[in-house]
Amino acid sequence: MAIEGLERILAGHPLFANMAPEFLDTLAGCAKNVRFAAGDYLFHEGDDADHIYLIREGQVSLEISAPGRGSMVFQTVASGSVIGLSWIVPPYRWRFDAHARSDLRVIEFDARCVRGKCDADPVLGYAVLKQIMPVLVERLHDTRVQMLDLYSAGN
Amino acid sequence: MQAIDSHTDPMVPVIAKVTRVTRDLSDVVTFEMEAEGWRGFAPGQFNMLSVFGVGEIPISISGPQSDSSKIIHTIRDVGPVSHALASLRTGAVLGLRGPYGTPWPVEAAKGRDVVVVAGGLGLAPVRPILYELMENRGDYGKVTLLYGARSPGDILFAEELRQWRSRLDMGVEVTVDRADPSWHGHVGVVTAHLRGADFDPKATTAFICGPEIMMRFTANGLVDLGVAPGDIHLSMERNMQCGIGLCGHCQLGPHFVCKDGPVFDWAVIKPLMRVKEL
Repeated sequence: MAIEGLERILAGHPLFANMAPEFLDTLAGCAKNVRFAAGDYLFHEGDDADHIYLIREGQVSLEISAPGRGSMVFQTVASGSVIGLSWIVPPYRWRFDAHARSDLRVIEFDARCVRGKCDADPVLGYAVLKQIMPVLVERLHDTRVQMLDLYSAGN
Repeated sequence: MQAIDSHTDPMVPVIAKVTRVTRDLSDVVTFEMEAEGWRGFAPGQFNMLSVFGVGEIPISISGPQSDSSKIIHTIRDVGPVSHALASLRTGAVLGLRGPYGTPWPVEAAKGRDVVVVAGGLGLAPVRPILYELMENRGDYGKVTLLYGARSPGDILFAEELRQWRSRLDMGVEVTVDRADPSWHGHVGVVTAHLRGADFDPKATTAFICGPEIMMRFTANGLVDLGVAPGDIHLSMERNMQCGIGLCGHCQLGPHFVCKDGPVFDWAVIKPLMRVKEL
């Protein structure tokens, strides 16, 4: 029953919109519902990227710390988003901290389980990548825009 | 809106007097002025403001259209003339010509959802729209304001944004490009919030003001969501000098931004934005 529930939740999440039900069924076997309290860290820079988090409710800040400057938030992500993409690419290591800004409900995937299923079934793997790539491209694009520092006085 | 009659010569300014100055940010001030003969403006229009002996620049009007007793401008101190303007104190006098330019088509948005997207100081030229929307809230559908700033310390009209956010009949999202963890709002680009905004793309009028790149990306994002290019309006900025379409400095393809704009719709302006030389 729990897995059926997750399938429904996955189907309703923007990341998996339009994904074939049989793929959702397969992926749901790697997923579970998890809660974090405001202030918790989902992971830290340098940790193994062995989980994928889909935010169902709440907000997470993605941060990098620098000596003398403390934590710098470079992006916030909220309901409907996925946190981090480092789980796709070796060496599967997080490059930043993920910090819950509010109480958080997420779907947590075992990344090794997802990678294993994608390796075993390239059609599933391609379907997963097609869902992830737009997020990746969008974040790359957004990062470029942020780097332009559009709102500085010279602009 | 008809320009002030400055002795029939549109290039001769009338004298305006500063009645109040508010420092919004370390490099941004808002001042209220009064000028004899001022008959009001339409949201989106601008005035040519001059500091005698220094120069003249175009500045959008940032106050409410409904109060024609005062003229409100918000100025960032970035060049010699804006520095002189930003240094003016209550009681100072300056030259004023205007109002000039095409207004935001706010009237055409009645009965429709409205999305206002502003970046940085671009919140000032759209503030008259927001006043109009709130004063006549029942005339419009869902109203959304998306505002992007460089950092929490660079957020313009922060107190008003807080008030607008507390309204139940309006969605307001503020995001910054960078922040420390003490900031509890969004971090990221303003366009990322288009996807989560609540509006019907087929019945939405959008008003965008900010750096040109941000406006381009926002307009494209709205089109991707289904908003018609003709329903997306942008306020363009070019080297406006005369304000009345005579000198040609602000020419953008077949248009003079000061006279045919500064507000254009995306269907008109998009092809011109693709020409790098313009």
